[in-house]
This record gives sequence, structure tokens and C-alpha cells, in this order.
Amino acid sequence: MTLAAATGEKYAADFKALTELRPVSDWVSKLRQSGWDHFDSIGFPTARRGNELWKYTNLAALDQGQFGFQFDESDAVEPDVLRERAPWSDDWSTLVFIDGRYSESLSQVSSGDGVQVRNLSDVANSESLRTNLGTHAAVDENAFSALNTAFLVDGGFVQIADNREDTSPIHFLFVTTPGGSWAIYPRTLVVSGINSRSTVIESYISLGDEGGFTAPVAEYVLNSGAGIEHYRVLVENEETFHIGTTRVYQLDNSTFTSTSFALGPKIGRNDVHVLLDAPGAECTLNGLYLTTGDQHMDNHISTTHAKPHGTSHQFYKGVLSGNSRAVFSGRVLVEKDAQKTQAFQKDLNLVLSHGAEIDTKPSLEIYADDVQCAHGATAGHTDSEALFYMQARGIDEVTAQAMLMRGFASEITDMIRVDGLQDYVHGVVEEVIPRLQAAAD
Amino acid sequence: MLQVTDLHASVVDADEEILKGLSLSIGAGEVHAIMGPNGSGKSTFANVLLGRPDYVVNSGVVTFEDEDILELFPDQRALRGMFLAFQYPAEIPGVRPWQFLKAALDARREYAGEKPLSVRDFSKLFDDKVEAVGIDPDLVKRSLNEGFSGGEKKRNEMLQLEMLEPRLAILDETDSGLDVDALRIVAEGVNSLRSPDRSFLIVTHYQRLLNYIKPDVVHILVDGRIVETGGPELAMTVENSGYEQYIKAAVAD
Amino acid sequence: MVTPNSISRESDLSGGEYKWGFVTEVEQDFAPKGLSEDIVRLISAKKDEPEWLLEWRLKAYHHWVKMAKEQGEPEWAKIRYPQIDYNDIYYYAAPKSSTEAPKSLADVDPEMLATFEKLGIPLQEREKLAGVAIDAVFDSVSVATTYTEQLEKLGIIFCSFSEAVKNHPNLIKKYLGSVVPYSDNFFATLNSAVFSDGSFAYIPPGVRCPIELMTYFRMNAEGTGQFERTLIVADKGAYVSYLEGCTAPFRKTSQLHAAVVELVTLDDAEIKYSTIQNWFPGSKEGEGGVYNFVTKRGICRGVNSKISWTQVETGSAITWKYPSVILQGDNSTGEFYSVALANNHQQADTGTKMIHIGKNTKSTIVAKGISAGQGQNTYRGQVKIMPSAENAVNHTQCDSLLVGDQCGAHTVPYIEVRNPTARLEHEASTSKVSDDQLFYLRSRGISEEEAHHMIITGWSREVIKELPFEFAMEAGQLLKVSLEGAVG
Repeated sequence: MTLAAATGEKYAADFKALTELRPVSDWVSKLRQSGWDHFDSIGFPTARRGNELWKYTNLAALDQGQFGFQFDESDAVEPDVLRERAPWSDDWSTLVFIDGRYSESLSQVSSGDGVQVRNLSDVANSESLRTNLGTHAAVDENAFSALNTAFLVDGGFVQIADNREDTSPIHFLFVTTPGGSWAIYPRTLVVSGINSRSTVIESYISLGDEGGFTAPVAEYVLNSGAGIEHYRVLVENEETFHIGTTRVYQLDNSTFTSTSFALGPKIGRNDVHVLLDAPGAECTLNGLYLTTGDQHMDNHISTTHAKPHGTSHQFYKGVLSGNSRAVFSGRVLVEKDAQKTQAFQKDLNLVLSHGAEIDTKPSLEIYADDVQCAHGATAGHTDSEALFYMQARGIDEVTAQAMLMRGFASEITDMIRVDGLQDYVHGVVEEVIPRLQAAAD
Repeated sequence: MLQVTDLHASVVDADEEILKGLSLSIGAGEVHAIMGPNGSGKSTFANVLLGRPDYVVNSGVVTFEDEDILELFPDQRALRGMFLAFQYPAEIPGVRPWQFLKAALDARREYAGEKPLSVRDFSKLFDDKVEAVGIDPDLVKRSLNEGFSGGEKKRNEMLQLEMLEPRLAILDETDSGLDVDALRIVAEGVNSLRSPDRSFLIVTHYQRLLNYIKPDVVHILVDGRIVETGGPELAMTVENSGYEQYIKAAVAD
Repeated sequence: MVTPNSISRESDLSGGEYKWGFVTEVEQDFAPKGLSEDIVRLISAKKDEPEWLLEWRLKAYHHWVKMAKEQGEPEWAKIRYPQIDYNDIYYYAAPKSSTEAPKSLADVDPEMLATFEKLGIPLQEREKLAGVAIDAVFDSVSVATTYTEQLEKLGIIFCSFSEAVKNHPNLIKKYLGSVVPYSDNFFATLNSAVFSDGSFAYIPPGVRCPIELMTYFRMNAEGTGQFERTLIVADKGAYVSYLEGCTAPFRKTSQLHAAVVELVTLDDAEIKYSTIQNWFPGSKEGEGGVYNFVTKRGICRGVNSKISWTQVETGSAITWKYPSVILQGDNSTGEFYSVALANNHQQADTGTKMIHIGKNTKSTIVAKGISAGQGQNTYRGQVKIMPSAENAVNHTQCDSLLVGDQCGAHTVPYIEVRNPTARLEHEASTSKVSDDQLFYLRSRGISEEEAHHMIITGWSREVIKELPFEFAMEAGQLLKVSLEGAVG
């Protein structure tokens, strides 16, 4: 692991400036410091031979980027722009973050009984925040967790009380604005009580064309019997580096169902790890990635079964065109005590052009014998027979191809059960399909 | 031959009992039928007799030829002459029926102090039985039960019954899913094997198999217990008026 | 025909232990322990090699020294073993009697003949052997090759590597290192520097080799590494089926085996390469055993050519091997069929690489892994579709079976696709032997151990049926012996 000297100095100076910006609670400042210390000692990972975690993704360009923390006030964003450009519904509780900083005026929160939705820097004294923040995405786990923690300022915090079921969707909207190339460090922590139900959306949107660096970290804690329906929407511009870390911790009989949608940024990484740490927990990780141009999207999806009777599904699909590259690196680890585990893993890809590359690595690591585990992966072009069939019915090739791509994508997008969100994602897919087709062979 | 006394059994790790004090006695050369509604415990009973590890016996005694068999492994029970024709025979990839039956017959002969059959003798016996049971010879070249239709699986069970010549054959719903022709083949197989020192226990939901195999004794099993025992005519009673009366009586208990 | 497994018939199988662990008392000629430029020169001199080959060895040696310093051994595989001290190994051990190459079987040390006889590999060309030509390699030195005359009539060359260097230098010069370059990887580079012998086969254009060619490897001397090198070339339209078997004595210390196999097929040619790897796996407690770090690679250089690897891997404490095919010629085909077993403390990290370069190239992978005891078994395979490989097709199926709750089964495929016309499918599953299947067999009087064995060999049949018939029969036996004690 390395860090270009100039880059190192830039981050060090920003970190120093941040600590002098305004006073924070002792524990926050300690947490930040430990984040910085770790990052400072390890730097960005390199795609060196033998580094399995970064085998297919080279971050040298990020290291050259020298993105800075946004200390100044960003230009104001009109509420209508958000409604137009981002997933939005007035029925949701939405916390808006502009270039990493919480915007109270743009946010729209209806905290009801037993549901707390807050900017985390406003609740620094919360016991739950203090106990959980940085526990599941630890600073010593990877460089980006460490860096995010070092620059911890604002972020989304949700606490759902035990047995609370009827919550409206909670949305964390992280927006970057035109006019600069900043590094932003979105942070999310969701703690769901026993037998509670909630829906949480994280979205990452750029309003400008400048390249930035987004390094989000999200932590989800599911107590016994809790259920979280999770969505992650990544629609940043093609110049942006997005390295996201999601860590999920599940107790007995809890259910985490996640659907991720990613439009390839310049270099994107969706690093998800779920720990099923008590019997009977279940998690489903679905995702769709669409890449074209020179985009690079790396899905690093991992599930650990630590206790018996757990169930997990990983199901990702990708459509690749142009000179883009996508990675699916899936891992299911079944530990010795996790008998009666059922784990399934699948990655299916449509490759549309000679310049595109898919690297898929669905792996199983199993140390318990009474298990049922299976995985599969495919890569190929759109089905030529289906194309011909449709053409024989009078549908032109371009339309037919678009229909097939839509159909391929819909297997994932149909799993989105939040109305406004599904419409938004379908809209993005429709917008992207012609671009994918234009860059196809 | 088989003596079952106050047998209680349940699924491993489950609290609820399926067999709740089942008793019956089968003498040498007798053909018994156990009839009962769905969920009465018929198949459980058949499987418990062969020692299926999914079930646990909570109390009671089962003796076969005066030997307590409850502590014996399934293969040890089979070697003593017990046989179960499965309702849902397992599919075993890559294992040929021929190879499998040779191993089973060799084990049995070895247990009886006999020499294993030579490949030639075994093949002849096998081919004869395949023909007698009416199995498509191509089928036995495939993997055991893999891709077999329901009827083919049942015939394959009958082939094994004929080859292994057990002392007690338990047929677990062998008639389910069979057409009339196949039913007749099963019945002919059983009837031809009837002898003074071989007994049968036929587990069935319907009376129709009993049109072809005439039982000596019929038991009605409801909710894990034998609620009525009688002659062949009892099967007709059930056929005409159903299990309702027995179920009501059992609930009233 | 005779195969390594015939041995199992002749030995007492009841104990479930390694039956090939005896030591042969023959006088050995050792080079001093340790690795240096002098040792490389000594090996080359002992074999009276031409200057160009010594040069090649030395290039490899210097490259290896650099690799050892900068990177060390590769670390990506899922295997754990104590540091290997490369200076505590004999790099050259040869039976003394072989310093003068035997001109006929009559010249071969009777002790050695007896050894192979005991292993079930009688070297007399007698009826029992009809149909197989054998090159017997004892501690890295070829001691006898059978049927060479009959093969010569067809223009087929089958001899030890050293003889080939002397008698067919042009072929060796042309093909040595052409598939696995001397700089390929840590262990292949080590082999390139110090390899002592091995087998060479060349099948001329249009010839179908009428008998199976076989090399039988026997590791005997203590503290030695075995570094053999095999090169097989099938010229245009040629066909050959090649078998490889191996055993080693029971030793408390581990032995290093770092072999290289290179296969080349030209237009319309086919090589079928079958291995039964039964090196000493170490004791039940995990003491000793062979560290098997092997580089096997074939290249389908010509159009319509085919390379097929079949392996049954039951031996070695550590298995690290990935028999691969580079599909360069258009319409060429690569196949990999594997059963790997890891029992007791064995660790296997094995799989394949299929590199598609030519158009309409096709590859098939069927890998079965069995883990038992405290064994760790990893399938690691790469399928790479290069931009030029129009209409490439791959199908991969990997299944793992777990026997007992102390072992591990892992599946790590790498699928890299750079051409949109390719079609790839990868499927894998992991489970234990089904309770239903076990109960079914046991209810027919088959014992638990026998039932397990029957289910496991049935499950492996897809791979075993790819072996030449007699090998297949014995592979089942070998699986059985290797699994004894794992169930029940």
C-alpha cells in the first residue's frame, strides 16, 4: 500500500484543518484521530500481484487526484433540482447532504414515535451512536473506512425502536455540486430495534460534471427479528471516484434485504460485508450495474455465516458496453459453527462490446459440513435467438435489443418495492440503455 | 416375526410425537396392511422400522425374529431380512443399479455365511429379474433412480425386493402414482414371493392395491395409533365410508 | 494392464493407510545439499548436457534467486506449510547404477526392478504390460523405458528427457520452455534450473499412438526434491494418450516435488493426459508427506487441436497444481476433469486455467472436490477470454462434498471475459453426502462405510469415466483407500 507524497500531504493538511474547525466531543475526536492514524500508516491499497482484494481495480488514478475536503460553503441547491435529479418523495423522511455537509433547509424529516432520523453530528451524545459507530466498519479494516472516519463530520443516523413496524422510507441523499472536485465522506448508521421493520435508502448523486471522490461508509445493525429493506443508488458522474463501504451486523432471525443500483462512475467500488452473527438470520444482496465509456465498477460482496440456520443470497447482474470494465467479487464464508446454512450466489452479465471486460469471481469458503451452498456465473451477449424471434415479429433490432436489456435489468429493478424509487431507477435505466447500445458493437 | 409394542416416535428435534403407542404383531407368512388417512403416521412407521435417522424412538419395543432391533443400524436390520420399498427412493448419481444390487446381495450373502455370487451368476439372476419385473433394460444402465419416472422407481424397488428376498417386506405406499398395469406387476411380484416364512406389511392410503394382494390382516392407523384391526373386509369398509368415523373417534379420545 | 492402483489390489487394504511407503535400499549418488550455481552446473555436467541447456538452466537459476529475494513463494493459494529451506534439499539424487545409462533391462539394478515390480509396475515387456509403454523414473532419473523399439517403427519418440536431449536436441531446443517459460513462476523456475530427468514424447504427423504411454514416478531417497520435466509434442493430426502415476516412501520429513509438464498440439492433434497422483500424503497426524508444487500447461497451437487433462489427486500433503490449456488455435478444445481428495491433514489447492485466444475455442471444466478429516480442499480456476477469441464457449461445473465437520471445501473461480461473443457458464455446489441416499443404501444391507464409498465414487463418475478403462477401475479403489477411516 502506498500514497503519493503530495496526496499524503494534502490529506494530512485537510485533517489538521478539520480538527481546528470546531470543537467536537472527546470520543468523536479520538475516533477521528484513530481513523487518521490508520489511513496515514497504510495509504490507498494497490493492485499489486497477490492482493486478492484489489486484483481487478487499480487506484493509481485516485492517488493522483488530490481531492480536498470542502471547507467552504457550497453554492445553494434549489429544492426543485433535487426533486428532478434525485430519487425523491414527499412521503419519505429525507436527510440531504451537500458536498458532505448536512443541509437542514433541504431536508424533510418526519420523526415519529420510536423513529429517530438525525444528522449524526447533532446527536453526538447518543449512547447508541457511540456504541455502534465504527464498530462494524472498523478503522483498521480498510483504508477507506479509516479515511471516512478521520473526516467524520455529518451523516445520517437512524434509531428504530423495538417492535416499530410502520415507518415510511428513510432516505439519505448525498449530493455533490458543480464547481469543485472535492472529497466527501458520507456516513450512515442505522440501528434497528427488536422485531422492528424499516426501509432505508442511500443515494449518491452528482449535480455537476467535475470529478470528485466519494468515500461513504454505512453501518447497519439489526437486532433480533429486525427487518431492514435497504436500497443503494449510485448515480454519480463519469469522472467521480466512488469507494463505498457497507457493513451489516445481524442478530438472530433478522432479515436484511438490499438492492443496489450502480451506474459506473470513473472508478466505483461497492464493498459490502454482512455478518450473520446469530442463528436464523437471513440476508439478500441484489444488485444491478450498468457500465459504458471508460467506467469501472467493482462489486465486492461478502457474507459471513458465523452461526447456524442462516440463509443468504447474492444476486448481481451487469450490462457492460464501450470500454468499460466491471468486477463481481463475491464471497460466502461459512464458519465451522454455521451448520444448516443455505447460501446462494449468482452473477450474470451481458457484455455488449469488444472493449468491455467483466471479471467475475463468485467464491465459496466452507468449513461446516451440513450446508447447502451453490453459486453460478454467466457472461454472454444478448440472446441472438430471442433477437431473431422478435425481429421475425416485426420489431427492429435496436428496439428488440433494448427490450432484452430492459428485461435483463428488470429482474433486479423489479425487486425495488418503494414506488418513487423504482420509477427513478427505471428512468435512469431507460436513459442509459441508448448509451449502452450506442457503445455496443 | 415382527412384534411392535407401544411404539412412540417423533421427528428428530421436534416435540410432537407422530407415533403415539403403536402396537401390532405380524406372524410368519402373513400379509398385513396398514391403512390410514394422510398424516396418520403410516410412512413414519415404515421408516422407523428400518431405522431412518430422521426419526427418534421415544419408547416402546420392536423385535424382529425375537431380537430387539431398535439399537441396530439400518444395514444391520436389512441383513437380518427386513426390506423397505420406499415411497420416494433416493436418487444416487453415478451409481448403477447393477453395482448397487451386487453390493447389497453380497453383503447379505456374506452375513448368511455364503460366498458372493460370481459376476456371471449375478448377471444372469439380475437380467432375469429385470425382465420379470418389466423394467426397461436401458434404465438399469443409468444412475440409480436418477431421472426415473414415479412408476420406474417403484418397479426398481420391486426388482430389489425380488433380488434380495427378504423375510419381511414393508411396502410404503408402493401403489401411489401407479397405473393399473404397474399395480398388477407390483401385486404379481408380491404374490409370487408369498411363502410360509416370508411376511409383508403393506402401507397404503387406498384399498385398490388390496384388490390384487389379499391381506390376512388389516389395521387402521389414525393419529399414530392402531384404532381398528380386522380381516380383508375392513379395507372395504374404509373404501366405502372413508376414515371419518375413525378420525372422529380418535379426536374424541 | 498395470497401473499404480494395481498395487492396491496386491496390498492389504484393511488398514486404510498408505501402502506404497516402503524404502528401497539402492546405492545413491547425491550432489551435496543446497542450491547454488555450482549445483546447477554439476547437474548439467552429470548429464553431459550441451552448452545451450546449461545456459538456460543458469538463466532460470538467476531468475529464481531474484524471485526468492523479491517475492518469495506465491502466497495466494489456500495452503499453509512451514517455510521450506531450499538449502536443506538434495537437488540431485540418482541410483548409482544408473550413471551409465542401462542399455537394456538386463543392465538395470535388480533392486530397482524389484521396486517397480512391488509397485505393480513390472518393467519386463511381457504380456501383462501389453498396451502400455512405460518410462520409469526413480528419484528424478529415468531407469527404464519399455516398448521403445515398437514405437520407433511408427516414428514415435518416447524416452527419458536426458536421452531426448542427446538424441533429439532440435526438438528439445524448439519446445522446451515454449509453454512454461523458465521465468513462469517460483516453482517452475526452480524446476527449470535443477530438473534432473523426466519423459519426452513426440508423435509425428498423422500418427495415432496405438498404445498408452506412461511415466511412473517413484521418489525414494530421503531429503531429496524431485524435479522432473515432461514434454509431449503431438505433431499435425497426431494423437496420444499419456498416463502418469506416482508414489513415494513413508518419511517423517516432508519432500518437495516441483515438476513441470509441457504439452504442445499442432493442427488437428490431440493429447489426452491422465494423472493418478498418489504421493505420500503424510501421516494421519499430519507429519511428513510430499509438497506437490506442479506446473502443468498445454498449448493448443494448431487449429482443431485438443488437450484434455484428467486427474485423480489423492496423495501429497500439499497439492498446488493447475493443469492449464492455452487455446491458441482456432476451433481448439481444452478439457479439465478432476477429482481431488483431501483427508486427514492434507491441503489441496488445485484447478485449471483455460486461456481462450483463438476463434471458436471451447473449454470444459468438471472439478469434484472431496474434503474429509481435517482436509482443506480448494478449487481455483481461471477462465480467460481474450478479445480475439470470437465465439468462445466455456462450461464449468465444480462440486464439493464434505465428509465430517472438521474439513473445509472452497471454490474460487476467476472468470475474465473480454469478448462479447463469448458464452460462459459456471456452476458450483457444496454439500455433504445426503442422509436420504445413505439411508436408502443402508436399508438394503450396505454398511455405512461402503455406502459412503459407493455414493462418493458415483458422484465422481463424471470425471473417472474420462480415465482410460483400467485406470478408472483403480481410481475408485484409490478413493476408497484414501477415505478409509473418514466415515463411521
